[in-house]
Amino acid sequence: MDYTPHTEEEILAMLERVGAGSLEDLYRHLPEEVLNPEIALPEPLPEWAVLEELKRLAAKNKPAFKAFLGGGIRSHHTPPVVQALASRGEFLTAYTPYQPEVSQGVLQATFEYQTMVAELAGLEVANASMYDGATALAEGVLLALRETGRMRVLVSQGVHPEYREVLRSYLEAVGAELITLPLEGGRTPLLAVPEGTGAVVAQNPNYLGALEDLAPLAEAAHGAGALFVAVADPLSLAVLEPPGAYGADIAVGDGQSLGLPMGFGGPHFGYLATRKAFVRQLPGRLVSETVDAEGKRGFILTLQAREQYIRRAKAKSNITTNAQLTALMGAMYLAALGPVGLKEVALQGVAMAHRLWELLLALPGVEPFTPEPFFNEFVLRLPRDPRQVQEALAARGFHAASPVPREYGENLALFAATELHREEDLLALQAAMREVLA
Amino acid sequence: MSYPLIFERSRKGRRGLKLVQGAPEATRYIPEKFLRKAPPRLPEVDELTLVRHYTGLSRRQVGVDTTFYPLGSCTMKYNPKLHEEAVRLFADLHPYQDPRTVQGALELMWQLGEYLKALTGMDAITLQPAAGAHGELTGILIIRAYHEDRGEGKTRRLVLVPDSAHGSNPATASMAGYQVKEVPSGPDGEVDLEALKRELGSHVAAIMLTNPNTLGLFERRILEISRLAKEAGVQLYYDGANLNAIMGWARPGDMGFDVVHLNLHKTFTVPHGGGGPGSGPVGVKAHLAPYLPVPTVERGEEGFYLSLDRPKSIGRVRSFHGNFLALVRAWAYIRTLGLSGLKKAAALSVLNARYLKELLKEKGYRVPYDGPSMHEFVAQPPQGFRALDLAKGLLELGFHPPTVYFPLIVKEALMVEPTETESKETLEAFAEAMGELLQKPKGWLEGAPYTTPVRRLDEVRANKYPKLTYFDQG
Repeated sequence: MDYTPHTEEEILAMLERVGAGSLEDLYRHLPEEVLNPEIALPEPLPEWAVLEELKRLAAKNKPAFKAFLGGGIRSHHTPPVVQALASRGEFLTAYTPYQPEVSQGVLQATFEYQTMVAELAGLEVANASMYDGATALAEGVLLALRETGRMRVLVSQGVHPEYREVLRSYLEAVGAELITLPLEGGRTPLLAVPEGTGAVVAQNPNYLGALEDLAPLAEAAHGAGALFVAVADPLSLAVLEPPGAYGADIAVGDGQSLGLPMGFGGPHFGYLATRKAFVRQLPGRLVSETVDAEGKRGFILTLQAREQYIRRAKAKSNITTNAQLTALMGAMYLAALGPVGLKEVALQGVAMAHRLWELLLALPGVEPFTPEPFFNEFVLRLPRDPRQVQEALAARGFHAASPVPREYGENLALFAATELHREEDLLALQAAMREVLA
Repeated sequence: MSYPLIFERSRKGRRGLKLVQGAPEATRYIPEKFLRKAPPRLPEVDELTLVRHYTGLSRRQVGVDTTFYPLGSCTMKYNPKLHEEAVRLFADLHPYQDPRTVQGALELMWQLGEYLKALTGMDAITLQPAAGAHGELTGILIIRAYHEDRGEGKTRRLVLVPDSAHGSNPATASMAGYQVKEVPSGPDGEVDLEALKRELGSHVAAIMLTNPNTLGLFERRILEISRLAKEAGVQLYYDGANLNAIMGWARPGDMGFDVVHLNLHKTFTVPHGGGGPGSGPVGVKAHLAPYLPVPTVERGEEGFYLSLDRPKSIGRVRSFHGNFLALVRAWAYIRTLGLSGLKKAAALSVLNARYLKELLKEKGYRVPYDGPSMHEFVAQPPQGFRALDLAKGLLELGFHPPTVYFPLIVKEALMVEPTETESKETLEAFAEAMGELLQKPKGWLEGAPYTTPVRRLDEVRANKYPKLTYFDQG
């Protein structure tokens, strides 16, 4: 089947009108050498059979609802009210709001999103979203380099390893230099920021889950004329001091923790917040309030001269598509919970993670690795290869103990907990771990 | 009356969702100095208020589900509802699960990769890029790594793009650290071959083309272009934004392209959600495969796995495995249509565009490059009419306008892409409306729209005094 509405009769009438004898005729002007290649694709299927095939594939997966996995993505509850509202066809099937008069829904929702993100980050402005946390970081750092006119970046090893890899890909492209600051005792060391540094980057809570006091590092960055870029999980910002308050000029992160489905890693959205002074260097879309011809409040894409529509090769970034729909879900989630509800969700995860820490450390051979205080994720040193542990746990129906890259040490595994967990879930994991490690 | 902001509906102390009973005190776990001093000023609303707010906003928004949306180069075709059910089957997977517990997801990715390779004629693929422009960046970084590996990184510093290219092309080349040079179009709207020859040489890294191009015309001299590129050691990049017109009928790989990005949200019906998320897989010919980003999905003896084994890789361009749920939708689309359905869809997108072009010409519109157009075409209004006014007039008549003022080489451009999922009568109704606009008094057009949620907005004010958040003083 396909989704075309044409009847045979209509096709013939239309072909006649355009002076073609057949559908094949529409391609007659293409070079013969490339026309009608042999392409091996499966036969078309009826709708029910496609769904059946998808269910067959889905059955080969073991869903990780209530997983104890973290590292940038965690299991959270996606409220049906958010799912239902974001699924409305008007939101789902719209494009970039080029015609603001008929796009006030997306534009106003984005303006509200920008407000909520700026509030969480403790900064003045946010753009309309980025692809994910990692690309938000890369673009945030490029912003800092444009603003300072410098080409050196210091990044803490406490920043998610995949984010650092994406950052490296982006920086190499423009010939900037990336220096990694190794963690000391699980935290970013405070050091003198060398001259010529354009950006200093750290994450809080860091990749190991530890809380970091980043104010001195931000101060050191500023002292050397660099900007300070903070990576922060937006959910944590319901509880923790926001990046703006400890001196960050730019805050970035991934929005998955705001009630978005894990979706095997995407799509989610990245947020990027900064000071209003840097707004002309911001990549991506920005929505501004304005008025219409009758003086009525309305919203519109603004400062587009930064973008590739107009500046082309001089654009700040090539980003065109962002992550509007998922950012909208994030905003709906924030509005649905409010400041109190959000804080409760975040703290429940913190409490469960601390209880899990206690339970797992009671097992023989398990040692702490993340320094305290930590937030809702932590790393333990296991007496065995975490790959085998993860596999053995999976065989028992638990998704936990994801291996931590070797750069941090040997036999390290990451654990997380969220609002979805109850005491009995933690006890069950403890029992399974006991078996696996025995 | 202005539509209220969610912040204006907020009342201190009002509660919506309560997901947690009896959350603990923060200070039990976290030292005071790490804690937030003042709570974020988030809205406080009950669930019904929330529902009314966003439902009301959705009614102030048009999409393909409500309105004909012939936005050129954006391919706003129908998004099947089947796909929304499909993604729910894969929502609860974590990217760091044990690989044995995600074999279905990896198999789906692997299969989709095979389908896309078959449809583009490429040898290897990455599904990681999160959008078309992100795919462009990935593709250009791959080309860069290739030249560097061959010791030509320092000499090949230029990327050529036609003057009709998408704005993202020059922006991408520039993000990858390249100089950009425009190549003019000839009088027929296709790349000026002589001009291209003059620019080609050992200082050029890549040519970025889309075919059909943004005038909706197939570059008929493409085999000559790719031969010239090959002779000069230049990599040919295919911008897949316009693949919809030729899917199944012709493949970039067979035309001599070395790299292809695909916009799954355009050609393969992933809903664009007001501007994303999208997905931009990149296919390459074998000589570029070593440079693909990691990880890639591979098939081994014990099942499917993510491979990091690519020592010359450009690295990672996105966290995790890309916009996986977009991949599920594209997979479902390809399996539903099969090759015959894809070819039919492509052909009807061309037929719809050509038919609409004839109707518009009849109504008095001009088509400056009136060749054998593909799935879209660029029209111009008669003398004295502004594309912008016509677009606003169309809003009043209940249609989403075409893309205006693009491509830049056509004055007062109206770039129309009806797509294959629109019926003959919709095209005719649109043409009628376009004709009606030319009969309207000037003043009416300049004042339009009248009955939309807001009227024309003050863009100058927004640029001069941007107010970017509710709490921003402007």
